[in-house]
Amino acid sequence: MSSETNQILTTDGIPLEISLRKAERKNKIKAFLLVVPLLLFLIITYIFPIAEMFTRSIDDKMITNMLPKTFKSMETWNGKDLPPEEVFVSFLEDFKILVDKKEHGKLAQRLNKEKNGFNTIVKKLFRQIKRNKIDESQSIKEQIMKVHKRWRNVEYWQAIKRTAPPYTSAKYLKAMDMYLNEDNKITQVSEDRRIHRILWLRTVEVAFFVTIFCFLMGYPIAHLLATLPMKYSNLLMICVLLPFWTSLLVRTASWMILLQQQGVVNDFFVMIGLVADDNRPEMMYNKVGTYVAMTQILLPFMVLPLYSVMKTISPSLMRAGKSLGGTPFVAFWKVYFPLTIPGIGAGCLLVFILAIGYYITPALVGGASGTLISNQIAYHMKTTLDWSFASAMGLMLLGGVLVIYWLYNKLVGVDNIKLG
Amino acid sequence: MSKNTEFVKFDKVDKSYDGKLLVVKDLNLNISEGEFITMLGPSGSGKTTCLMMLAGFETPTNGEIYLDSNPISNIPPHKRGIGMVFQNYALFPHMTVYENLAFPLRVRKVQKDDIDKKVDKALSMVSLSGFESRMPAQLSGGQQQRVAVARALVFDPAVVLMDEPLGALDKNLRESMQYEIKHIHENIGVTVVYVTHDQGEALTMSNRIAVFNDGKVQQLSSPDKLYEEPVNSFVAEFIGENNTFGGEVTDISKDVCKVKLQNGEILANPISVNSKGEKTTVSIRPERALINPIDKMDNNQTGKIEEVIYHGDHTRVRLDLLGNKEFILKVPNSSNELDLKLGNEIKVGWNSQDARALDPK
Repeated sequence: MSSETNQILTTDGIPLEISLRKAERKNKIKAFLLVVPLLLFLIITYIFPIAEMFTRSIDDKMITNMLPKTFKSMETWNGKDLPPEEVFVSFLEDFKILVDKKEHGKLAQRLNKEKNGFNTIVKKLFRQIKRNKIDESQSIKEQIMKVHKRWRNVEYWQAIKRTAPPYTSAKYLKAMDMYLNEDNKITQVSEDRRIHRILWLRTVEVAFFVTIFCFLMGYPIAHLLATLPMKYSNLLMICVLLPFWTSLLVRTASWMILLQQQGVVNDFFVMIGLVADDNRPEMMYNKVGTYVAMTQILLPFMVLPLYSVMKTISPSLMRAGKSLGGTPFVAFWKVYFPLTIPGIGAGCLLVFILAIGYYITPALVGGASGTLISNQIAYHMKTTLDWSFASAMGLMLLGGVLVIYWLYNKLVGVDNIKLG
Repeated sequence: MSKNTEFVKFDKVDKSYDGKLLVVKDLNLNISEGEFITMLGPSGSGKTTCLMMLAGFETPTNGEIYLDSNPISNIPPHKRGIGMVFQNYALFPHMTVYENLAFPLRVRKVQKDDIDKKVDKALSMVSLSGFESRMPAQLSGGQQQRVAVARALVFDPAVVLMDEPLGALDKNLRESMQYEIKHIHENIGVTVVYVTHDQGEALTMSNRIAVFNDGKVQQLSSPDKLYEEPVNSFVAEFIGENNTFGGEVTDISKDVCKVKLQNGEILANPISVNSKGEKTTVSIRPERALINPIDKMDNNQTGKIEEVIYHGDHTRVRLDLLGNKEFILKVPNSSNELDLKLGNEIKVGWNSQDARALDPK
């Protein structure tokens, strides 16, 4: 039988598949046009910034463009002894151009980040050039080495060479409290300077416990919401959603009022005699404050997915479980609980992801021991203006979330998520 | 072995949800062991509430329920050992058919081998052997229903409750399931309390039917008695079809009374009327009134044909008779050709024995 006779034709003799595609094409175009605005919006506001962040976090082109000749002549240098004369010559040439462009300060700053001590010697070199103390007819190497003793130190030249590649992983290493040492080996910074790793761990810890607390508190509420008669459940739903309608800042500020040492909660504890008046516990500007405020703020994100899942579970299932001989606990554990897992998954994932990037609340009530990695990102964005470092940490956070998502998919399956 | 006729006993049970309205009023009901009893009634009549009280999901506001002579009001549902089939089956959607059936056995700590045996037996009883590893969502409505029945029976409960179990099935499937449940009941002899609002279902399946209305049992008797001899006008109306005349008793003797209608007078069987002057509703089943009766009958009237509806095996004729424009007759299609034309006058007769004078509507 030939393939043509196998083909199903429409009454007009056109192959059915082609006819179907034609008929569907219009609908497909319409559907696509409907999503185009959102697609563009996503590309502009999401994909493009992330790509930009990524390039920024690994970008080291600035110095590469500042010292092109130097890096070229360094290619033949063995990197162990002091560089040969030609490296000094091309360095001076590059440096003079920078001086003309008034960019030598930037160079000093960048090199100083690579190795402490560059600031002084670059400025000293700059002054020598301004005073025309460098005589180009004599050995440039000797003259530069005379400017400061550090120019005679091979470690400084090695540091310059390390900045040659246009891309660097230094920011990522820095976020993990590590750096590339002189031998290009990944090394840990000295113990007293390790701050980022503590912050990462604390962020994960806070996000984890906030998720647990939200789950423990949200599950009964969601169950109540799903089983109460409409008239009460509506009221309760409003109570759950009320925080959503209040500004995040206001909510956080109200927690500050409640939790401070002279605050409402402490006053109450003193009143009922739980604590002594002169021994009021510190509940704010530490982890306790962060936990309390974040749990309250993120609770709706746990309750809503749980509620939407529980709403679909027929009450007769629990009854069936009981009538078949299961104690209320067994009926709950074997019948009800497994059916709520999609909601638990969605709620926990949502809360964890939101918590891991939380910023305002820890910034306001967290204090020193309650700040999280996002506060560090904000700090570098606004205060040190080290945007590439902030980008690197932001991307690491994003990577972490993606890993969690992947793990979740492996363990529970993303198809099981039910958000509503 | 004599069977316990008070195996399940409702003793003066009242139930109210809001403290203002009684949903069940003074319910006294004895169910004997191995009986198939149906609670039949319109929605809101209290029948499901009774079932839920028996299952333990509702507590009686007053009175006591006895199971095998033990009061059970204080026993939680899971200790009552009563199987239940729910309206929407209530199969556990995350468990296979096998796990669904094994659930009641596992919570009773039955040995694995015994579980396998019992599940096998229960599944073959509902002819679903080989479906053990299916999920409920992969089954048709009828199959889910069978699994639900099997699950309610697998742990050998003394009583099985069924709450409108066939409500979600289509007509043909419903009928075949009725027979199937009836046969299962006959084979294993379990006591079944069945709730439905479908009178056909109740009539075909039950040993006895309790007709509920307004929180009360209106009549408790076997299906044939319920149909042939309804004790009040609600039952007569609710079960089967029914032609009614409202009137007043003008004369009464032991087994016949004279009822004066708006335009005319008929003889009837006094069921719930005792004296002259009482208001009454006379009920006559459509098949008891004959056209052009050959035998002598003590009620003979003439009516005008208002409508003729062909029903395949019979023809329904609507008459205007003694002022009742909704008087229905069922004429078998095998009978000799009658001249059933609209507007024709026609002679109709029935025995006063079949015209039951009941309480007024």
